[in-house]
Amino acid sequence: MKHTFTLTVNGRNYEREVEPRLLLSDFLRHDLGLTGTHVGCEHGVCGACTVLLDGEAVRSCLLFAVQASGREVETVESLDSGPQNLHPLQHGFWEAHGLQCGYCTPGILMSLVPFLRENPNPTESEIRDLLSGNICRCTGYQKIVEAVQLGAELIQEKST
Amino acid sequence: MKPAVFDYHAPRTVDEALGLLAQYGGDAKPLAGGQSLVPTMNFRLAQPAALVDLNGIDELFYLRQGEGGLRCGAMTRQRSVENSTLAQRLSPLLHEAMPHIAHTQIRNRGTIGGSLAHADPAAELPALALALDARFYVRSLTDGRWIAARDYYTGLFTTAMQPEEMLVEAVFPALPAGSGWAFDEVARQHGNYALCGAAAIITQGEDGLVKNAKLVFLSVGEGPVEAFQAANMLVGERPTPEAVRAAADTAATQEIDPVGDIHAGPAFRRHLARVVAQRVLTRAAARASAEVSV
Repeated sequence: MKHTFTLTVNGRNYEREVEPRLLLSDFLRHDLGLTGTHVGCEHGVCGACTVLLDGEAVRSCLLFAVQASGREVETVESLDSGPQNLHPLQHGFWEAHGLQCGYCTPGILMSLVPFLRENPNPTESEIRDLLSGNICRCTGYQKIVEAVQLGAELIQEKST
Repeated sequence: MKPAVFDYHAPRTVDEALGLLAQYGGDAKPLAGGQSLVPTMNFRLAQPAALVDLNGIDELFYLRQGEGGLRCGAMTRQRSVENSTLAQRLSPLLHEAMPHIAHTQIRNRGTIGGSLAHADPAAELPALALALDARFYVRSLTDGRWIAARDYYTGLFTTAMQPEEMLVEAVFPALPAGSGWAFDEVARQHGNYALCGAAAIITQGEDGLVKNAKLVFLSVGEGPVEAFQAANMLVGERPTPEAVRAAADTAATQEIDPVGDIHAGPAFRRHLARVVAQRVLTRAAARASAEVSV
């Protein structure tokens, strides 16, 4: 049986009718066309599908879309308004080469947004601890750590 | 990699949820944080006829000081315990162990009750509950009962609960005066399933002798495994490095029977158990001594 529900995604309200078994990750990609959220392992291990639910980083492959009823979801598409207007964190990743193939990047960025909000000056070990929830098979993480450090600086510069 | 069809219910009260569980007679599953249930549904290892989503039941989200210690509503997120100064004060062992449970993104959803009831032998919470002598309040539509953690875990992913029952509260008692505690685990990467982990509690008298000791392992059996013999070896003794080493050795060689998997064979797991037991007993004893000397 299909369920009708409403939710907010990146500030826009939607009403949709879905099967309960539809994962939030698939709902975002297929129903809303927001393909920035990537799907990797579909069992919560890789972190590629990480989005914000009411401001907290969660795995969208471990949530059913109907569970976001009445809630606010933010995806990587919420960060910027085009290549000329990157979010400071994205700018950090671009500048410091924090990605190679880029598949894991949206999940990493969405994990980092609330992390840097709570802890604007993280240590390298705190960054690595946070990144343990996102798998990257290209970079070896070194450049990602540097990108996070640069991104954190840029966020602070922008806010002062 | 997509779940099979199921009926979805989002009750607002515990009674409503229990009514639904009774109505489906064991074919429905309560959905807590979903961090273990949804992966098994995505793999179609689990195909429940219905899900009873507990995320909208406000009365299950709380963390408070009450009779018996720290009282924890079943839907309290692991992240809430991690960030709670009340939990840190009332149950420092529980609080210290939280960051070992998977990753931040998982703990944002994962719940105390969900992990306790899932009874994964590699999970931290069942071992912590056993070490802390936690008690669980379990309800069905017609009945409610308390189950001690030591009676709750009955085997691999199996508990003493009936299909129509639901865990609604966990109580973690405060430790007696003169107690020290520690938790540690070894995983291939921080946040992965532990290859072996252990929680220890040591209570010392004013004379410096151990009055009570507890050692509980995870990931070395079909559920959390308490090492009674090792703990008894320490009672009445000073927790010297030699005594701790002997206890850890007994626990690892005589009280566990680990199986192997692709990450660690039985011999390696036994080795890790000895190492982790020694670490947590040493740290717990040091904390207990500091408590007593204050």
